[in-house]
Amino acid sequence: MASTTTVSKEEKINYLLYIADTALILSHRNSEWCGHAPVLEQDIALTNIALDLLGQARNFYQYAAELIGNNATEDSLAYLRLEHEYKNLLLAEQPNEDWAYTVLRQFYISTFLFYLYQQLQQNEDEQIAAIAAKSIKEVAYHVRWSGEWVIRLGDGTEESNKRMQQALDFFKDYTGEIYIAASYEQAMQIDMATIQKKWEEKITAVLNEATLTFSTNNFSHTGGKTGKHTEHLGYILTEMQYLQRTYPNANW
Amino acid sequence: MKNFITKHFYGDYGEIEEGGASNKNEQKIACPLWEVFIRSKQGLDHKHVGSLHAADAQMAIENARDVYTRRLEGVSIWVVESKNITASNPEEAGELFEPAENKIYRHPTFYKLPKEVDHM
Repeated sequence: MASTTTVSKEEKINYLLYIADTALILSHRNSEWCGHAPVLEQDIALTNIALDLLGQARNFYQYAAELIGNNATEDSLAYLRLEHEYKNLLLAEQPNEDWAYTVLRQFYISTFLFYLYQQLQQNEDEQIAAIAAKSIKEVAYHVRWSGEWVIRLGDGTEESNKRMQQALDFFKDYTGEIYIAASYEQAMQIDMATIQKKWEEKITAVLNEATLTFSTNNFSHTGGKTGKHTEHLGYILTEMQYLQRTYPNANW
Repeated sequence: MKNFITKHFYGDYGEIEEGGASNKNEQKIACPLWEVFIRSKQGLDHKHVGSLHAADAQMAIENARDVYTRRLEGVSIWVVESKNITASNPEEAGELFEPAENKIYRHPTFYKLPKEVDHM
């Protein structure tokens, strides 16, 4: 990151949207648990995480809107873009299924965001650095919370271990996408190799403690970062954007 | 003769410790009740704020963080499993507390405090 800036405004906007969209969609998935989590304590924990992620998404959207101009706002970016304009990781939009899927998905993404924010804190763009510095404490807690759950379920009962293994098997086709850089991502000159190495170490350590095995996969679904999504995103946006689409500019 | 060494556990009220398992034959969910104490700022005491369910101390701290400190209520958390708290027996309230009722001389209200310490 010592090199001078070569990132274009468009690339930066796309990158901001990629992080914001990932945070927003994961936040929305978590919010689906609100009122449905197994116990009150975890209902609140997950809703807190959803709100943290929403806050991070808002910060990135606000900055992106500022760069885009043309009366773009955080709301227009969240509520008025179409599926193919969303750049979130496919991992983030996968359904909740059960508690094991939910906590593992959280653990994968939070761990990535943690090491990413570590680097972004030093970004030459002060705005990005400030957002990363503000967010990293929240994310550190998300890693801790979700990691604890991965261990509890993996090293728990026969049933919980089975559920965790199912989640692992399902997501192994999606984690690779994190480290396959889109063109705008390369322009940001983030040291993804280091992030990937730290990420794999952390994931492996926690999964070992959970008596589970992390297997990397040569194959990974891709496309989220450039707007090619799984069928799930359309349903999420339909629900999330319903109010603004039906009552444009509605306010409260 | 009253049995003075009977221990009454706060939170010792049966089914709730079973984590909501409705069927007695179900595998017991290991989520006992914990009492939560929060220190609102440095220098103040930890105060009891409520209780919650958790599998162990670590989870109890995390749950307490999420349930009881989300509006900046605290800087420190203590948790203790409810069964470890011995509570006084409400039936013995008479002999425990009433004798203090007519001993107003135990209150420091007969002193004139200097102005500087007027807020005791």
